Amino acid sequence: MLDVRGLRKVYEGSGRRTEAVRDLTFTVGAGELVCLVGPSGCGKTTLLKCVGGLLAPTAGEVTLAGRKVDGPPPGTAFVFQEYGRSLFPWMRVGANVELPLKQKGLGTSRRRELVADALESVGLADAAGAYPWQLSGGMQQRVAIARALAYEPDVLLMDEPFAAVDAQTRADLEDLVRGLWRERGITVLFVTHDIDEAVYLGERVIVLSSSPTVVQEQLEVDLPLERDQLSTRVAPRFAELRTHVYERIQAAKRGAATRPAGTDAPPPR
Amino acid sequence: MTGAPPGRPKSSAWRHVVLRLVFVLALPVVLVTVWWVASDGSEDVYWPPLRTIVSAFPDVWTGERWRGDVLPSVLRLAAGYGLAAVAGVALGLLVGSHRRVRAVCEPVLEFLRAVPPPVLVPVIMLFAGIGDTMKIVVIASGCVWPVLLNTVEGVRALDPVAAETARSYGVTGVARLKDVVLPSAGPQIFAGLRQALSIGIILMVISEMFAASNGLGFTIVQFQRGFAIPGMWTGILLLGLLGFALSVLFRLVERRVLGWYHGLRAATRR
Repeated sequence: MLDVRGLRKVYEGSGRRTEAVRDLTFTVGAGELVCLVGPSGCGKTTLLKCVGGLLAPTAGEVTLAGRKVDGPPPGTAFVFQEYGRSLFPWMRVGANVELPLKQKGLGTSRRRELVADALESVGLADAAGAYPWQLSGGMQQRVAIARALAYEPDVLLMDEPFAAVDAQTRADLEDLVRGLWRERGITVLFVTHDIDEAVYLGERVIVLSSSPTVVQEQLEVDLPLERDQLSTRVAPRFAELRTHVYERIQAAKRGAATRPAGTDAPPPR
Repeated sequence: MTGAPPGRPKSSAWRHVVLRLVFVLALPVVLVTVWWVASDGSEDVYWPPLRTIVSAFPDVWTGERWRGDVLPSVLRLAAGYGLAAVAGVALGLLVGSHRRVRAVCEPVLEFLRAVPPPVLVPVIMLFAGIGDTMKIVVIASGCVWPVLLNTVEGVRALDPVAAETARSYGVTGVARLKDVVLPSAGPQIFAGLRQALSIGIILMVISEMFAASNGLGFTIVQFQRGFAIPGMWTGILLLGLLGFALSVLFRLVERRVLGWYHGLRAATRR
């Protein structure tokens, strides 16, 4: 579905050359939920913007369903970390969700249907007439998720979407995303710096090194499909996996030699 | 914001409104009283008592004067101001959206803005004559700069996250201008429009002082030349009131169009 091959991104500016991403190769299968986790400042956002066609890579390429990405692809929806700035404050919630659909050229009744359905899915059926800034942070991020859902994407790209909400809201939103993923079969690429979140959410976790970024490890999360905040987070297997990822990231921070990236076996049970 | 917070008893809400009215009206009342008392019994021809000015007002500003002088002035102001607003916003969107165009235009714009608009009156008279066209062109050429420059700034200040959101959802072209860039620049554009309004009123009067056969500015100059000093003063008072009324109207429109912005600011202050 989504193929990232030899991706490299170098920023040039005012005599300074920063290699944010060195060499990234991974694939995401159709309908998979993959979490990208790495130390802070490791170029996760850069990577996601390249995947979403918002940034042009210096080398390498991203292909989506066999087509090379050289601009924002139509079947991709983006959820940003800064929900307050990503939602347009001059539009009511309903209009925010509807705007991308107008661009798609959908008819009024179809648009209304999609908006109502998406807001319903995130539990904000009544909020269509409110302005985003009248809602709490968690609700605003729900609106941003609804906007992405209404767009009916094949691929959902989420850039640390819950980094700015409080812990309880965050847990709710994590369950919301997992629920929507199972319900709608969307391919999700979820970037986070939170190891627990990555393991809890993902079917697979890709661990990135510090900048300049390479893939440090890929890890299948063999937790049951049905997860919940209470039992999953205290399961011994969850603890093993998060410890493993934690160690890998610590190693990455220290700049320890990276193992050749590939399909690593998960740590033995 | 204004109004009593919910849950306050009704009598207290009333007191709040009355108190606000007192605050708004106190200073004007004091000033008018001082003027009234200080000028009462004045023998100076140039400083007639306020009593005389007020009593002259209905005689001077008859229905015919309103139709023949006030209305043409206001229509010329509306035409010039409207022209400047449309041109300023349109050009501002163009200049603000393209870095190269901006780099080329900016020094010229700064220069043109720095030229005091009244000096353009004699120049514009040369090619636009002394009719309504000249006055409208003068008003528009003075009003356009604050609108244009503020629009450019507003467009440039578009939040990068908002811009990326629009791009990733395929919101481009006209929709991007109409639904993203223009509303986001709205607060800045209105700041420009507000400056332009006061400039417009000044130019309306000045253009009528140069060469005209009607209008507020013309009438005031006529009174002054004819030594009808109380009449002249009533004209000045009327101009002040007109400016005040326009600014109230402007604020009403702004409150309506930028309701989201005031709400957002109130929400972030909380």
